[in-house]
Amino acid sequence: MSTNVKQLMTKPLIKDNPIGLQVLGICSALAVTTSLAVSLVMCMAVIFVCAFSNLFVSLIRAQIPSSIRIIVQMTIIASLVIVVDQVLKAFAYDTSKQLSVFVGLIITNCIVMGRAEAFAMANPPGLSFLDGIANGLGYSLVLIIVAVIRELFGSGSLLGYEILPLVTEGGWYEPNGLMLLAPSAFFIIGGFIWAVRTYDSAQVEKADFKIKPNVSKEAI
Amino acid sequence: MSQPNKNSVGYTIKIAFLVCLACAVVVSTAAVALRDLQERNVVLDIKRNVLIAAGIFEPSRSIEEQFLDITTRVINLQTGEFVDHIDPETFENRTAARDPEMSRALSRQEDTAGLSRLENYSLVYFRGDENNFEQMILPVRGAGLWSTLHGFIALESDLNTIVGLGFYEHGETPGLGGEIDNPRWQAQWTGQRVFAESDSDKQEVALRVTRAGQADSSSPHEIDGLSGATLTARGVDNMVKFWMGDMGFAPFLRQMKARQAEPDLAAVTVEGI
Repeated sequence: MSTNVKQLMTKPLIKDNPIGLQVLGICSALAVTTSLAVSLVMCMAVIFVCAFSNLFVSLIRAQIPSSIRIIVQMTIIASLVIVVDQVLKAFAYDTSKQLSVFVGLIITNCIVMGRAEAFAMANPPGLSFLDGIANGLGYSLVLIIVAVIRELFGSGSLLGYEILPLVTEGGWYEPNGLMLLAPSAFFIIGGFIWAVRTYDSAQVEKADFKIKPNVSKEAI
Repeated sequence: MSQPNKNSVGYTIKIAFLVCLACAVVVSTAAVALRDLQERNVVLDIKRNVLIAAGIFEPSRSIEEQFLDITTRVINLQTGEFVDHIDPETFENRTAARDPEMSRALSRQEDTAGLSRLENYSLVYFRGDENNFEQMILPVRGAGLWSTLHGFIALESDLNTIVGLGFYEHGETPGLGGEIDNPRWQAQWTGQRVFAESDSDKQEVALRVTRAGQADSSSPHEIDGLSGATLTARGVDNMVKFWMGDMGFAPFLRQMKARQAEPDLAAVTVEGI
């Protein structure tokens, strides 16, 4: 049992990372990673929502009729997200202003619903709760890596503290504007997936087809 | 629970209803319990930005305490006169602009700042009070690149020199248009003049935001734009022109000038009302 729990908690970090392997939750990973502070709040929100949605879905999994199971999961997830949004507006107003719509968009974060459907519907509440935390952490890991790279090279700072003095503020570092735009997160996540799959080649999918060699003559 | 048929219509409706009920209770409890705190945050945030625009915000002191020096009044934008029948505590420019009774639609020619609707009344803040103030803080807003910029512009008592400019809400790209929040960029505004000195009667807005790197640093009317954020900077330019012009605060500024020229007369009119 304990090795089981340990596996449950560690697998989503690298081996079965929701962004890396399952390629879920990319949308918010692009949007909120321009600054580390905002990403950290987003991570906490996703961990909270993922853990508790798993818990509640698991608690009532025996009662949910299969015909409406998705919408029941959505209702639970949406309610939790609204609660998180309300709490942020009350206690962390500045951050909630920066996150703006992206807190609400946790509802559509595929990781949360993916875990509710794939794990919580079939497992007891305790394990589901842990699975939610672990997957939230796996998501957070990637988000933090991306945010560190983007904030450092895009704004020359980390958590708002200046690391690389910018040219505009009298320093030497010319910030990389691409890092502040969404596509840069695509490149970084792509690089992350590449690195993880090089390290753990079991994650590499089998090719769907084989590329034939070029024909030397043009088609007639 | 006895084992009913999990896929029957009645059972499905019952579960759907129960789930919705439970979720609705949780959501509304959170919303109601936290509403006061949230509204306080919004009000505090606006007050903080008024103080920041006036350049007198001290993070170590409470915002409420610092705001005691500030007098809030409501004015009629068209006539430029103070209005007493609207409570400045409850009035908000944004809400008024959405209310058809408190605002009017702008025609395409008029709407140079991309507002679509303009409120008939506006809040104004004084550091001191309206008869004797060091600074006047005016709410402004205008379309940037992606979003509407909401902010304040503070003027000295000569009604021409800018003390500061600050935004409390916008959705521009961080690092590009978002640099309008950069204190170093905002510092350029301090001491610049809105109106050209020579034609003080005509009150043409002389202040402009140039393209990045093209501002004449000796000119008291030019602000250097933002590299990589030409459209946001242009939005700021349009915003200042609009709100300092005849559609915006120009009538009010003329009234205030007259008041300053004849302080006794002004005092009498206020009492007369």
